[in-house]
Amino acid sequence: MMDNTQLQQTIGRLIPRAVFNQNTQFVEVVIPADGLHQTAQLLKENPETKFDFLFNLTGVDSKNELRMVYHLRSTLLKHTLVVKVVTTDRQNPEFASVSDIWPAANPFEREAYDLLGIRFTNHPDLRRLFLEEDFQGFPLRKDFVDPINIVEK
Amino acid sequence: MKFSIYDFSSFTQSIHELLTGVMSPTWVFITELAIVGLIFLLFYAVLGLFLVYLERRVCAFIQNRLGPNRVGPQGIFQTIADLIKLLFKELFVVKNADKFLFNLAPFVVIIASLMAIGALPYAKGLQALDFNIGLFYIIAVTSLGVVGILLAGWSSNSKYSLLGAMRSGAQIISYELSVGLSLLAIIIFAGSMQLSVIVESQANGWWIFKGHIPAFIAFVIFLIAATAETNRGPFDLAEAESELTAGFHTEYTGIRFAFFFLAEYMNMFLAAALATTVFLGGWMPLHFGNFETFNRIMDFVPPIVWFFGKTFVVIYIIMLFKWTFPRLRIDQLLTLEWKYLLPINLVNIVLIAFLVLMGWHF
Amino acid sequence: MVEKSEVILGENEHLRINMGPQHPSTHGVLRFELDLRGEIVDQVIPHCGYIHRGIEKMSEANTYQQIIHLTDRMDYLSAHQNNEAMSLLVEKALGIEVPERVKVIRTILSELSRLQSHELWWAAFGMDLGALTTFFYGLRDRERILDIFEESFGSRLLHSYICPGGLMNDVHPNFKSRIKEFIPYFRKKLPEYDQLLTGNIIFMERSKNIGLLTREEAIAFGITGPSGRGSGFSCDVRKHEPYSAYDRVDFKEILYTEGDTYARYRVRIDEMWESLRILEQLVDQIPDGDYTVKMKPIIKLPEGEYYQRVETARGELGVYVVSTGDKYPERIHFRTPNFSNLFVIDKLARGHKIADLVAISGSLDLVIPDIDR
Repeated sequence: MMDNTQLQQTIGRLIPRAVFNQNTQFVEVVIPADGLHQTAQLLKENPETKFDFLFNLTGVDSKNELRMVYHLRSTLLKHTLVVKVVTTDRQNPEFASVSDIWPAANPFEREAYDLLGIRFTNHPDLRRLFLEEDFQGFPLRKDFVDPINIVEK
Repeated sequence: MKFSIYDFSSFTQSIHELLTGVMSPTWVFITELAIVGLIFLLFYAVLGLFLVYLERRVCAFIQNRLGPNRVGPQGIFQTIADLIKLLFKELFVVKNADKFLFNLAPFVVIIASLMAIGALPYAKGLQALDFNIGLFYIIAVTSLGVVGILLAGWSSNSKYSLLGAMRSGAQIISYELSVGLSLLAIIIFAGSMQLSVIVESQANGWWIFKGHIPAFIAFVIFLIAATAETNRGPFDLAEAESELTAGFHTEYTGIRFAFFFLAEYMNMFLAAALATTVFLGGWMPLHFGNFETFNRIMDFVPPIVWFFGKTFVVIYIIMLFKWTFPRLRIDQLLTLEWKYLLPINLVNIVLIAFLVLMGWHF
Repeated sequence: MVEKSEVILGENEHLRINMGPQHPSTHGVLRFELDLRGEIVDQVIPHCGYIHRGIEKMSEANTYQQIIHLTDRMDYLSAHQNNEAMSLLVEKALGIEVPERVKVIRTILSELSRLQSHELWWAAFGMDLGALTTFFYGLRDRERILDIFEESFGSRLLHSYICPGGLMNDVHPNFKSRIKEFIPYFRKKLPEYDQLLTGNIIFMERSKNIGLLTREEAIAFGITGPSGRGSGFSCDVRKHEPYSAYDRVDFKEILYTEGDTYARYRVRIDEMWESLRILEQLVDQIPDGDYTVKMKPIIKLPEGEYYQRVETARGELGVYVVSTGDKYPERIHFRTPNFSNLFVIDKLARGHKIADLVAISGSLDLVIPDIDR
């Protein structure tokens, strides 16, 4: 079991392009979107990290950028890592799917596609999850407007 | 039988003589037919209602529930309320259903069970049909009910119904064997298929006691197979509420559904009555060897009470099955029949034939 | 000349049926699209969203105190644990330490919730397998716990009782004595569950070796809670990351390695015994003191991202909040246990019979509003 600083060093060694966020609950790392699938593979298979359990996957819209947040845990080494990928392309956001690495990502990615409109390449079954197929727009986006059904702040 | 007052044949004979006095033989025949038909229809309806009431009370007793004694004294009005509700409900036919078969199916099911209750000996002389292949007739007629179930499943234009009907078909074809073979055991003992003869042959002891262990084995197998044949208890795969919503009668409403419902209860009654007649001495009272006083007291109880008493004990056992066991899966159901019950049954029959041949039974 | 071709009826043909959204054994508005080959299930496609209320979107326009009331409505059988997860997150973000009394009461409520949830699960699971009597036995005992809830919080299902900073109000004076009555009562009733169902030959045949899930698959699919522990995946948040008063009670994490429906069943039955043990240890140790700490009327979480997990009756519930320092969350995501647990059903049910699919979905203990949110 590594503590957070050790984990950060290990990750920094494994993923040279990683950027770390400071003062966070878990070790947080932002990686470029094009290396997502490769990095995910590495994090899962490397004996030093062994992140085999993807316990949460969230799509976040913060007005100017869309990002996916991967919460990873190793059931063997008991450490937790948060991986983020960011895109500023609001028209056609696209990330690589990690559902072949962690099957748990499959429904989460569908959810993100459904509610935030983020597409995942190589996803086996990218359909809307909750909403109907002919639903217009993506409700969790900040610019989504629906004067009838959405409660305004 | 020591008390001739309990012999119904003198009673029916007097009615017959009364009628012959006032009309021609053809009309006597028609009138008697009408009377018997009316009595059985009435009996059928009342018994159906009573069985539904009984099932409510038994299942509430097992499940720690108070509900079924809330409507009326001891909850007797609940069944009547149910009946009224079923009568007034809309008869709904699914789109694209085969209307003719859809309407026909409930009647096939209910006629099959209605035909069989006429052949049962309720007491001495109280039997509408008593002919030399009575047992065979009952087995043949009750298995017609599955045709109705298959028709219902096929004509409903619903996949759940179809699955339920197919399950029911597979199930009844399999368990028919066990029912027939376990009854065959007693036919070998009694040497007749006539139900009144089978009952008379138990005057000095019921077959379940007289027939050693093989008769008991036959009785247990009959109970299992008959429960399966009536689509009840742990064998209710054709309905399988949690899998197929309601199986073959998913699309039925109102009185059509009530027919299926009633037929199920009547089939249960039939199974229990058959078990009583064949294994438990029919309307014969319980006698213990040389306890003369005890035997005489037992003789005072009218045979019709004995018959229904025994039948309802068996019905209670069948109800206990339903409310305690989980449902079997279709492959386990067939495994139970073809790999266990059938071979046991065949060996059992050979054993019984040997017993009878050597004259070892009482 | 017409070319002859041989077609075998039934070969490569599937009967496609919709199980749900109105079906007795999907336990709510969930739809399974089944491809059947006779009785055998070839594919299960789960469709959800029939009770999607957009809790995450709604939360973005609500304050943290208001969100508590929405969390109840996700897994309505684990309302206390859902409230607790949200409250713990807010307390962690603000650095508030709640009084001891609150911690103990929260733990007791969690365990009572778990008990009543497992009782209902046992009741419904028996019914899925066709043993109708289990339903009434389970509900009979669950009623006792709901009565305790009702007395203290005025509600039986959706309590919204645990809130940031402590509890909404103090527990009823009878709270302690009612639980003390309940524990010996349920200790006597729990063996009945085993007598009625566990040892039954039909039940064993129906559940053993059905829906096998290995430990690796459980981890890969993110199966947590009793369903994951039935496969040997040690994932009990109460043990690994103790919150409230779990660090001071002695209990076992139930693990079975078979990974079949029967193992998942056993885990839940054993967990009920463990819950009783936890209750016994805590019920006499409720300290006196405040039931809440003074909170500001408007809670503003400092800017940042927070994740809090708790163990509900169905598995790991995670709350992920992105805050910009406002009184509303920027983004809130609930990692609900059923959401992950549902999507393994295709893997588990393939090649089994329809009846097994019902048993498997029952053994996963699905609560549909928790999936749809």
